[in-house]
Amino acid sequence: MSDDLPAMGEARSVPTSPPTPASALIPIARGLIWALVGFIAGAGLTSLARAAAGLEPWSLELNFTAGYAVALPGWLLGVGLWERWGREWFGRPVADGPTDWRRYLAFTVDHKVIGIQYLVTFLGLFFLGGALAMLIRWQLMSPTNQPLGAGAYNNVMSLHGIVMIAVAVASVVGGFGNYFVPLLIGARDMAFPRLNALSYWLVPPVAVLLLLSLAFGGWDSGWTAYPPLSVRNASGQVLFNLAIITFGLSSILGGLNFLVTIIHMRAPGMTWGRLPIFVWGVFATSWIALIFTQFLAAALMMVLLDRIAGTSFFEAAAGGAPLLYQHIFWFYSHPAVYIFVMPGFGLALEVITHFSRKPLFAYRWAVAGFLGILGLSGIVWAHHMFVAGMPGQLLAPILVSTELISIPTGLIFLSALGTLWMGRLWLRAPMLFALGMVFNFLIGGVTGIFLADVPTDIGLHDTYFVVAHFHYTIIGGEIFALFAGLYYWFPKMTGRMYSERWAKAHFWLMFLGFNATFLAMFWVGLHGMNRRIFTYPIDLQGPNLVTSLFGFFLGISFLPFLWNMARTLLARRAEPAPANPWAARTLEWQTSSPPPPENFVADPVIDGHPYDYGVPGSVHAVLPGVGATGTLTEGTR
Amino acid sequence: MTALATPAGGGAGAALVVHEAHAPHPAKPAIDRLGLWLFIASESMLFSTLAVARFYLAGLDRPEGVNLPLGLALTVDLFLSSLLSYRAVTKIRTGDRPGFLAALAATIVLGVLFIGGVAMEWASAEFGPGTPYGTAFFSMTGLHVSHLLSGLVVLILVYRLGRRGSFSADDHWGITAAVRYWTFVDAMWLLVVFPTLYLL
Repeated sequence: MSDDLPAMGEARSVPTSPPTPASALIPIARGLIWALVGFIAGAGLTSLARAAAGLEPWSLELNFTAGYAVALPGWLLGVGLWERWGREWFGRPVADGPTDWRRYLAFTVDHKVIGIQYLVTFLGLFFLGGALAMLIRWQLMSPTNQPLGAGAYNNVMSLHGIVMIAVAVASVVGGFGNYFVPLLIGARDMAFPRLNALSYWLVPPVAVLLLLSLAFGGWDSGWTAYPPLSVRNASGQVLFNLAIITFGLSSILGGLNFLVTIIHMRAPGMTWGRLPIFVWGVFATSWIALIFTQFLAAALMMVLLDRIAGTSFFEAAAGGAPLLYQHIFWFYSHPAVYIFVMPGFGLALEVITHFSRKPLFAYRWAVAGFLGILGLSGIVWAHHMFVAGMPGQLLAPILVSTELISIPTGLIFLSALGTLWMGRLWLRAPMLFALGMVFNFLIGGVTGIFLADVPTDIGLHDTYFVVAHFHYTIIGGEIFALFAGLYYWFPKMTGRMYSERWAKAHFWLMFLGFNATFLAMFWVGLHGMNRRIFTYPIDLQGPNLVTSLFGFFLGISFLPFLWNMARTLLARRAEPAPANPWAARTLEWQTSSPPPPENFVADPVIDGHPYDYGVPGSVHAVLPGVGATGTLTEGTR
Repeated sequence: MTALATPAGGGAGAALVVHEAHAPHPAKPAIDRLGLWLFIASESMLFSTLAVARFYLAGLDRPEGVNLPLGLALTVDLFLSSLLSYRAVTKIRTGDRPGFLAALAATIVLGVLFIGGVAMEWASAEFGPGTPYGTAFFSMTGLHVSHLLSGLVVLILVYRLGRRGSFSADDHWGITAAVRYWTFVDAMWLLVVFPTLYLL
């Protein structure tokens, strides 16, 4: 698994003519062709085998699954896995990828390119999921005059759910984790650059399958896909299961890569006690992704087997146990919420300390918070099942373990507050979003207590109170942190400075729209409005209309963001960003914007804590032999 | 690890820095080992889930039709295969390429035999997948065989590379990795699948 370059004799000719847009699509086109070939081969062989066994040759769900099982490696090999990696398995030299802008559309191993690929992909999915949310709110404006109707509503609600879950899983870790973890620890790249590219290129099939599922009747079981419904509904469910198993694989390989990178690739002197706090967030998250994602894959695989292989995991009439699915599913899917928020926490703490111009308060306790959440994450799953009919003796222990989570979470929260205390707050857009995150997560966290306590949860279960709670933690927590990170690192990633005015407009509109929308949902939830139902009692129409209007307002609040990105990236007049516009101490700012290939002109040596703002004589990093660019010494301030 | 930088100066060209492009990290062997161990840890969760499901669905029930002698034979086959795979690593460590190839070929043959045995068992099972035990039996053996197949593909690739002379006494991580994965898959049979389905 070495990353050797091709031998000298194998060097290919460099194209002399400028690349055309069409040539940029060649890897993807090749991937699609091989995916199609693979699909036909897999589905065809299955048909042949079935015909040979005297069965009906075509069985949609089985053939599709078999076809996909071959199409997926076909896609990966075609899109570049073969050229960059697979040839090596046959003792042949591997090829280099494009180095110009076409690398963003190819199997590229540079972690910065992969970070951008993740960010752009998941921002696209974020806006798709947001558009679906607009459809949901359009439907729920009125309990009677409904544009979607019950069936389409269920499909839209399910698709919104899973698209946003995917965004929550991968936007911060996949985007910023890939781009900035190697930079923050002073590494040249991730530990397994090609595995990293593989993780990313597993994502497009997920998006394609989820959308393609609508052609097979969609799936109406929500993102949780509980059986028995998910064993019996339209065939779109099979595509959903295949998509999410694939996404799980991507997540596992990504987590593995981060763990090895953080354990082994830290620059000399980058001790665990000097690790930037965002890296700690990604580290804790990666353990969860590595270990727990398999349970989700297992649960979805069981549903798939029930549908295509005649097993009876969840078929109660044949001795199956639908509740087993919920146990396995939540054994992943509750820890998954820490996959969402821990990198968000880390990112918010990172921004808060730089923009408070103070050392991060209680750094070690914040780290203990991340590790504490990691440790407790595996024993709280059943709080999603208090009314599911599980054994009564599980209720009290799960209540207690769930409440315990508030201790490590509180440590992180207190670290944020302590850093802000007496700080010289610099209220630029990244800081506003980080502060918004702190505010929102307080509401999300406090309302979680009522859902962790069995007596209150029995009444609140499956109401909009739950919907409001988790949107407060995920949008209010992670997505606000995502935008904090976007503005914070935008100059580093693009070399350009966004418009602060438009960014602040984005923040205030999003903050107001978000809080108004989801505070109202707590209210309708307390008044008994069920989640996941296409309609509701007529007396809740007023608050629902208000929620919808604020929901649309929230949707519109992203227009300033899009305009800001467009005018900065597309228009030539945007002001160029210096290497370190925030005068921040961490390593990613001690190199050019954007950083060169392999990140630093000289491998950095770490000499102190990253956040010692105002500590006389403190130095975070030294870059040996560098002096040509003045920005590189700013870290010593 | 010194960077070969072009002379620092103004202009776009100054950004061009020729590191030893993707030069192996000094900790590369440890990195590779840890990566594989983490992957193995992750995959073992999949097996443990199915083992839990077996007891959740079927308790300790085991139908009469379970072919224990065949299961035992398969276990012995796989155990031998693991031992031989280790022999392959030991041989290449001492630079004995023919010995390595022979041991690896025997490993592969035993692996193929195992798959044949499972196919026989599936064809002759007196219970279908639609019962609680059958659900556990077919899903666990199926999961295991799919891992075994992937392991076989890797072993065959390693064998081909070995014949071309790609490995030496000092440089054989590819073999070690493939064998470690193979041993993991074997261990899943010995420690999880076989006891869960045949013994308990």
